[in-house]
Amino acid sequence: MEIRTIRAETVTDTVERLYKELNYCIGEDIKKALGDSRNREESPVGRAVLAQLIENNNIAAEEQVPICQDTGMAVLFVEYGERVVIDGSFKEAVEEGVRRAYIGGYLRKSVVSDPVFDRVNTKDNTPAIIYTDIVEGDRIKILAGCKGFGSENMSAIKMLTPSAGIEGVKEFVLNTVRYAGSNPCPPIVVGIGIGGTFEKAAQLAKKATLRPIDRKNGDPRYAELENELLREINKMGFGPAGLGGSTTALGVNIETFPTHIAGMPVAVNICCHAARHKEAVI
Amino acid sequence: MITRAIDGKIRITLPLTDEDISELHAGDSVLITGSIITGRDAAHKRLYELINGGKELPVNIKDEVIYYVGPAPAKPGHAVGPAGPTSSYRMDKYSPALLDLGLKAMIGKGARTQPVIDAIVRNGAVYFAAIGGAAALISRSIRSSEILAYEDLGTEAVYRFEIEDFPAVVAVDSMGRDVYKTGAEKYRKV
Repeated sequence: MEIRTIRAETVTDTVERLYKELNYCIGEDIKKALGDSRNREESPVGRAVLAQLIENNNIAAEEQVPICQDTGMAVLFVEYGERVVIDGSFKEAVEEGVRRAYIGGYLRKSVVSDPVFDRVNTKDNTPAIIYTDIVEGDRIKILAGCKGFGSENMSAIKMLTPSAGIEGVKEFVLNTVRYAGSNPCPPIVVGIGIGGTFEKAAQLAKKATLRPIDRKNGDPRYAELENELLREINKMGFGPAGLGGSTTALGVNIETFPTHIAGMPVAVNICCHAARHKEAVI
Repeated sequence: MITRAIDGKIRITLPLTDEDISELHAGDSVLITGSIITGRDAAHKRLYELINGGKELPVNIKDEVIYYVGPAPAKPGHAVGPAGPTSSYRMDKYSPALLDLGLKAMIGKGARTQPVIDAIVRNGAVYFAAIGGAAALISRSIRSSEILAYEDLGTEAVYRFEIEDFPAVVAVDSMGRDVYKTGAEKYRKV
C-alpha cells in the first residue's frame, strides 16, 4: 500500500485560506436564494432587508471583510484518507490554520476557554471543533464551516421514538423554528439530523447546515420532506430579520443515519442566512 | 430631532427627546445619526451587578442609546470592523434596570420579553432593530469608535460610536407596540 506524505504546513495553509474565504464570500447557493427571495417576498420591509443583505454580501466580498461580525466557532468535517501521513500533528496543523485566519484575517475571536466559570477569551478562536472520518484513499478532504451563535442558541434535539413517525419529525422541526422566531437572523437555513444516537443526530444536523441549499437529499422521500418543511416554515410569517414576511427560511437540509430499533433522534441546527462553508481537497 | 424626507425616510439626530420618541411608531424605517454606546452580554452583567450593589457605573447611561454589538477587528484604514447587532433577548434580564436609570433606546435584533416592553413603556423609551447579518453594510455608517469602559472584555467592551445614517427599524415603540408580533402576524398563513 502506497503511503502519501502531506506536509502539516499545507494543511495549515489550506485551513487558513478556507476560513478567510468563507468569512468574506458567501456561497453561490445563498446568493441565488437571497436574490430569488427578494423577487418573491411579499413584505416591502422584507424586500428592503433582503436588498440590504445582498448589498452587505457584495461589500464583504469586495472589501475582503467578514459578512457578519460573528465569525463563529470553527467547525470542520474531515475525511482523512487512510494512506495519508502528516509530517507533524494534524490537529495542531488545523488549529494553527484557524489561528492564522482569525488573527491575520481580521475575524472576531469569539471562543472562551471555560464555559461556566472562567469565560476568558482564548484570543485566537481556538480550539476548533474537528470531526474526523477515516476513509479510503490518499487525500484529505476538509469541509470547513463557521457557526455563529445567534442561530446556534436556537437549535434543539429530541429523542423521538419510532411511533412518532414522520408527523413527529415535522412537528418537532416546526416547533423549534417557531420558537426561534426572530432571533436566529432569518431568513435561516435549517439543518436537520435524523437517526444515529444522541450525539450523532446533532453532528448530522451540523453537517446538514454545511451542505449547499441547492443540493437536495439524495433520497426523494427526504428531498420531498425538505421541500415540505421549507414551505411550512415560510408560512410562519417571521420574514427577513423577523420583521414580517414570506421568507423565513432559504433552505432546509436533512441528513440521516441508521438508528436503533427503539429510537428516532431528531436534531435541528438552525443557521442564519450567512451559512458560511467551504471545501478543499488536499 | 426627527426629520422626515419627501421619500418617506425618517432621520433621527441624537440625543433623543421625549417628543422624538413619541413620534416613532413600530415598523418605521429610520436612519440614526449621533453618538451611541455599545454593550453586550459581559458588559451588561457587570453594569447590572454594579446597579444591584448600589455602586456607580463607569459610564453614565442616562439619555444614552446602547447598541448590542461585538464588532470584528477593524482592518487598517477602517474606523471599525463589521458590526451588526447581536440577539437582544440575552440582555432582557438586565435591560429593565438600565431603562429605569434613564437609558433612552436600545439597538439590537430579535424580539424582547414582556418585562422589557413594560420597562420601555414605563420610561418612554424605544427599541430599534438593526438587520442581523448586515455587518459589513452597517459598519459603513459607523464613523468612529473608542473604548469607554471594560477594555479587558475585548470585543465585548463598552465603546463610544459616532454613527451617521445608521439604518434601523423601530421594533418596540413607547406605546409598547411590537413589530416582531405585528409583522409576523400580518404574513402568517398557518
